[in-house]
Amino acid sequence: MKSSCLLNSAVGNHLTRSIFKTAAIAAGIAFATAAHAADTIKVGILHSLSGTMAISETSLKDVALMTIDEINAKGGVLGKKLEAVVVDPASNWPLFAEKSRELLQKEKVAVVFGCWTSVSRKSVLPVFEELNGLLFYPVQYEGEELSQNVFYTGAAPNQQAIPAVEYLMSKDGGGAKRFFLLGTDYVYPRTTNKILRAFLKSKGVKEGDIKEIYTPFGHSDYQTIVADVKKFAAGGKTAVISTINGDSNVPFYKELSNQGVKATDIPVVAFSVGEEELRGIDAKPLVGHLAAWNYFMSLKNPENDKFIKMWKDYVKKQKLPGGDKRVTNDPMEATYAGIHMWAQAAEKAKSVDVNKVRTAMAGQTFKAPSGYELKMDEKNHHLWKPVMIGEIRPDGQFDIVWETKKTLRAQPWSPFIPGNEKKKDM
Amino acid sequence: MKHLCRYCIATLFAVWLGNAHALDATALQNLATGDNDARITAIEALAAAGDVAALPVLRALQDGALQATPAGRLLIVTETGVTDAVTNQPLASAPADAARITINNRVRRALDAALAAFKLFSPDSAKRLEAAQQLGEGDPVLLPLVQKALTDEKDSAVRAALELAQSGMALQSDDPQQRLAAVQTLGNSAQEATKTRLLVLLEKDGAGQFAEPDAKVRVAAKKAIAAIEQRLKTAEYAGHVFTGISLGSILLLAALGLAIVYGLMGVINMAHGELLMIGAYATYVVQNLFKTHLPQYLDFYLVAAVPVAFGVAALVGMALERGVIRHLYGRPLETLLATWGISLILIQFMRTVFGAQNVEVANPSWMTGGVTVLGSLVLPYNRIVIIVFAMLVLCLVWLALTRTRLGLHVRAVTQNRSMADCMGVPTGRTDMLAFGLGAGVAGLGGCALSQIGNVGPELGQGYIVDSFMVVVLGGVGQIAGTVYAALGLGVLNKFLEPYWGAVLAKIMLLVFIILFIQKRPQGLFAVKGRTVEG
Repeated sequence: MKSSCLLNSAVGNHLTRSIFKTAAIAAGIAFATAAHAADTIKVGILHSLSGTMAISETSLKDVALMTIDEINAKGGVLGKKLEAVVVDPASNWPLFAEKSRELLQKEKVAVVFGCWTSVSRKSVLPVFEELNGLLFYPVQYEGEELSQNVFYTGAAPNQQAIPAVEYLMSKDGGGAKRFFLLGTDYVYPRTTNKILRAFLKSKGVKEGDIKEIYTPFGHSDYQTIVADVKKFAAGGKTAVISTINGDSNVPFYKELSNQGVKATDIPVVAFSVGEEELRGIDAKPLVGHLAAWNYFMSLKNPENDKFIKMWKDYVKKQKLPGGDKRVTNDPMEATYAGIHMWAQAAEKAKSVDVNKVRTAMAGQTFKAPSGYELKMDEKNHHLWKPVMIGEIRPDGQFDIVWETKKTLRAQPWSPFIPGNEKKKDM
Repeated sequence: MKHLCRYCIATLFAVWLGNAHALDATALQNLATGDNDARITAIEALAAAGDVAALPVLRALQDGALQATPAGRLLIVTETGVTDAVTNQPLASAPADAARITINNRVRRALDAALAAFKLFSPDSAKRLEAAQQLGEGDPVLLPLVQKALTDEKDSAVRAALELAQSGMALQSDDPQQRLAAVQTLGNSAQEATKTRLLVLLEKDGAGQFAEPDAKVRVAAKKAIAAIEQRLKTAEYAGHVFTGISLGSILLLAALGLAIVYGLMGVINMAHGELLMIGAYATYVVQNLFKTHLPQYLDFYLVAAVPVAFGVAALVGMALERGVIRHLYGRPLETLLATWGISLILIQFMRTVFGAQNVEVANPSWMTGGVTVLGSLVLPYNRIVIIVFAMLVLCLVWLALTRTRLGLHVRAVTQNRSMADCMGVPTGRTDMLAFGLGAGVAGLGGCALSQIGNVGPELGQGYIVDSFMVVVLGGVGQIAGTVYAALGLGVLNKFLEPYWGAVLAKIMLLVFIILFIQKRPQGLFAVKGRTVEG
């Protein structure tokens, strides 16, 4: 204001007045939204929009907003519109906890959709339990957890990791005898590999035929590791099981193709690489490497066609970066299904109260883009899901080479970890 | 429909028989409608027949362009149109019930071997060599084909590869004499896979019987394994040295700019990593400009990106020096805090302009893939290019510092600022230009980094510690020290990594540096004589 006060001319006065006018209008708008807010239900979206996980999580934020738009267009939930509150925890695990506290206490959201890495989920878990919040977690994970305050819409190990390894050991999967477990150094890869190691041993694979290697988050020099994979593979038919997360996948796959590792010789099956992660890479040298998920964009069924069309339209309308190159993937499907299930449960409970919604969630079903009817288990807060294994195509999509006939119940307490027999579902 | 199809095939048969060209009809039928086992048998049958007419069908299958109707009709569907795979007749459109034949790795393996078998007769010797190498683990079904190729082959390299392939296939022969010869030839290989195959011969089954009944062959196999192991050892050692030099050259590129700014000028520049990042983003922008304006020269965008990255980073660097750093000379703590703040500003600026997500910088096609040396060691082209680039940059920096007037001034100011000032050296201008040179070199480093890692706003954060590590270890005030330190750390890291893993190797490296600096605080090389400001 100081500069306009210095101007004594009529123009200056006019300027001052118009600034005041704008401010008044702005205040009016702010009032209007505040008044409007009472008629809406706030939902939180907690995904990293920057940092190493942004490559994977940004799309989940976008698809969540799309789903909320879709629900709002059909009249919202309980006659009220949903209002998304988006925060960016920036791939910083303690910040996840801080942001979730902000969502629950300050914004008073009814439910939060968010997290990708297990370490971020572990970091927000105490906050949700303390404040009795509700989190929908849309990504495959290592299990070994069950919280009243979380619904897990991604896969448990028996719905992804174990079927994938079984496939690799089968004739069509190449009959792998040796396994190179490669992951990012944090809770998800380490626990998954612990389960896989016990599983492989139960199948008669010897200790010497399993190798476990970890790299830090954001690691970018995979020269030695790829050379090591090649050396290990000389000992017999080898498969690499990759639990590398985030943008490290790009240099890893680049190095694989530069060093001439082909899927026909050493297949790499990844649990955190889908259509979205392949968007940034030339997929031609990667043809035949595998991924295990519960959904692929290349599925042909009416629900998936509808889902993909809605996504493409949304990307175009919102002018999202990437444009028509944007794809759908498994965690996006899980986010989509999760939000719909929450809305259904809220309608059923006639309230968005956390305790009432939790009860109403049990047994909730949803016809998902995977083409299957997914069911929220009555007891363990996990979805019944189909399992699919895909091979990378030159265009970065997947050919489905194996899938289950029906949906599988999740086993969050893996029978391959000792001591789990006594643990009960809720 | 089935009837019609059979009739079709039968007619074609008749036509082709006349030209001595006939594709195996059962094989084609199996390819279209069979399961994976049937498809593999079909592919092998088509390859063993050696009829080039099968080539387009197999290629289409590999490219995912082969479609089949439930009745077994095969179509090749590409962007340019639809053709019948058997008759080669163009069609207006594919039948509605045609679906793409999806294959898995097992089928693809058989397919690769089959296509390699066809390539054995290519006029291009490089292609023949590639095919012969690919056959290394091939199926004995293809043995007659390899023998046929061997009779006509003149090129010695291709012959050697073919003989290896032939021996690999002959290992399953019933004649011990043939097996002995095969084992002896396999001893010339440098592949891990060959060693594995030979090891199988020495294994005992449950009844205590060797897999290889003939003792003579077993002795020869042992000898061959020892020979291969020797070669593998050499290749592995060379591999460590190469990856070490590669990592060292990256460290050098990241640290060289800092060696000028910190080493020569004594400025603790925490924003150095962000100058790398700016160089990488400059590369990204140039790539995009080429994509939109000069798509035909896209492969050469890097040539243009190098000077742009240098220029942009140098300008930013000079602006920093004039705007902030020159007011803080001789106050290291304030410099440290101010440049750290600048680094945060630059990161946030890039986030606002380009988004928080990583951007895609693609390798030009001449930088993808690699060259195989010593039998099994693959040297990726992008790494080789970066090593050469690092050497070039080093030469240019050395020339700039020793052979130009600016270099003379920089050295003079470094050695004694006030004396240089008295002698008429424009110290202010020299500072600015030297800082610009350091920043520009960092930009070049960023340009190189964009080719091997991710380009995002936080790119520089990962390299700042490494850069300081290299400069401090090398000894402040010395370019030569920086070179030795970068290469030394790179090679040391790569020799430690296979034994201790990526995480522990890095920790050990830091421990080593701490101990080293305790013993020799001045670093590897110290500047002798009257040095600068106290």
